[in-house]
Amino acid sequence: MSRGHALPEPEREALAAVAAWACQFTPRVSLEPPQGIAAEVEGSLRFFGGFEPLKAKLQQGLTDLGFKAAFAFAPTARASHSAARGGRLEALPVAVTGLAPEALELLGKLGIGTIGALLRLPREGVARRFGQDLLEEIDQAGGKAPEAREFFAPPARFAARLELPAPVLQAEHALFAARRLLTQMEGFLAARHAGVRAFSLELVHDGPPATVLQVGFAAPGRSAEHFARLLRERLGALTLRSPVEAIGLDAGDLENIPGQNKNFFDDRHTGAEEWLRLVERLQARLGSEAVHGLETHPDHRPERAFRHAGFESNNSNRTQKQSETFAPRPLWLLESPRRLAEGEFTLLAGPERIESGWWDGAEARRDYFIARSGASLAWVYREREGNWFLHGLFA
Amino acid sequence: MVILADLLQRQAVWRGGAAPVTAAIPAAPVIPTGYAGLDAELPGGGWPVGGLAEVLCHTEGIGELQIVLPALAALTGAGHRVAWLAPPHLPYAPALRAAGVRLNLLTVIRAPGRRDALWAAEQALRAGSFHALLLWLPRAGYPELRRLAVAAQAGPGFALAFRPPEAACESSPAVLRLMLEPNEGRLAVSILKRRGAPIEAPLPIAIDRPAFERPPRAVGRTPFPAIPAPGVVARACAA
Repeated sequence: MSRGHALPEPEREALAAVAAWACQFTPRVSLEPPQGIAAEVEGSLRFFGGFEPLKAKLQQGLTDLGFKAAFAFAPTARASHSAARGGRLEALPVAVTGLAPEALELLGKLGIGTIGALLRLPREGVARRFGQDLLEEIDQAGGKAPEAREFFAPPARFAARLELPAPVLQAEHALFAARRLLTQMEGFLAARHAGVRAFSLELVHDGPPATVLQVGFAAPGRSAEHFARLLRERLGALTLRSPVEAIGLDAGDLENIPGQNKNFFDDRHTGAEEWLRLVERLQARLGSEAVHGLETHPDHRPERAFRHAGFESNNSNRTQKQSETFAPRPLWLLESPRRLAEGEFTLLAGPERIESGWWDGAEARRDYFIARSGASLAWVYREREGNWFLHGLFA
Repeated sequence: MVILADLLQRQAVWRGGAAPVTAAIPAAPVIPTGYAGLDAELPGGGWPVGGLAEVLCHTEGIGELQIVLPALAALTGAGHRVAWLAPPHLPYAPALRAAGVRLNLLTVIRAPGRRDALWAAEQALRAGSFHALLLWLPRAGYPELRRLAVAAQAGPGFALAFRPPEAACESSPAVLRLMLEPNEGRLAVSILKRRGAPIEAPLPIAIDRPAFERPPRAVGRTPFPAIPAPGVVARACAA
């Protein structure tokens, strides 16, 4: 219920920062200078699992940001604000209404010290003496009358600065403070359903120009936890020439990260998007043949008993073709069988005759054996012509 | 002192001598190897989630992949993805399936060049898409492995690098290093490095080996039938 008198710059910035962070919980956030934030959360309760879980999230987040907060929930912003500040509206002194000094003096003479006492006066009289506006405001504060609010609009670029309580000489020690800014940025980005591919951390010194660290990643992200991990490595490798007085975090070029509906049945496929993006990136550099899945294929020839599989949709529902159970098969198959000399191995088990493929020009007529060669177990075969080949390894 | 206590609490440093390996300290999460005897000796009881582990192996074909197969089967069984990066041979699908690995959750990434392999490994780890990433990096150096170890931290699973035995002499950023040797049809696992007290003797681990229920018949006694001369079949049909 305080009037919007001019705030010192740092406080206004801090308030705006908290508001930008809070936008991840509801788009309807408004500032209550000097120290308050009002957020309309009714529409968000179901998403966050109700009242208490939401409160816990807010509490945790604000603690991470380095703020102490009191919470109150009420039908209107004013009501919650006054409740957060001191409990019941009726018990507050009349001075909080911001009336002119003469009016306050008059009330004092009448023995009206609290809002509660003021409300017990006949409403017509109060309206005549102090104006209808006062009553309206008190009604809004009590949650009895609706109120229009101006919602906070978060800025298009994230930039925040934090003065360190004491100068820091070890770059790693700035991480703790940076974590606060990263949490703030996470909320800011979440509110915009966005992520960034890079951010810069500025280490401000007293005299020399600031040290700037550029941190970039492959995919747009916003997880403070992840960013902090990357930052720790960068800070660990840094030697500072002069102590750090303040840090600043800056990130532009927001990229959309589309929201994902929670899966109704199971959460197994979360991260599927991420995985597909990874496959795309790998294939872009290594070639599309280089990244593939595997499936078995009903063919007796060992080199044809499997196939490369793509990653089309419905991949995970693909039924595996049932092939009959074979004798033991090795985990490694050599890309091309290697010619063996007769004395290089000792046969242990076999033979398993495989004769197939006369119809497609790649006929195989082989006797397969499990053999020992040194300490290894090998899968070897003898061709019809009597030559021995190494075809697999029981790895 | 506060900082030191804090570091120890967070397990940012580990102490070689004193700390019992599987004590009730809030250990980092792990993925069980599937071998109870091995799990008992590993910190937390399995492959380190968010960590890089190394397996050094003398020879191919001693059963070295068996050390990780039960974990792969369990992970894919739970619907998690696993990947093999730059394998030296073809991972053989029928054998993998027989070992219980769900093939539709397995990805093979082939990267012939060393730089490509390292790049792909880092990408795969950073994306956090795989619960297990098996890597074959015969010639990776400390700084490269260090990058991978950092990239692995963000992930939901573990990275396992197969390296030659000579690497045992080099220092490594891996949190866990195992040396595998053959031991009468089993594996002898030496733990070269783990968080906690070192271990003296190699652990014998019973692995799946192909069964030899049938002794091989003499090779010469199973001749192939003679290939019919071209035209014989056609003539037989015509007759």
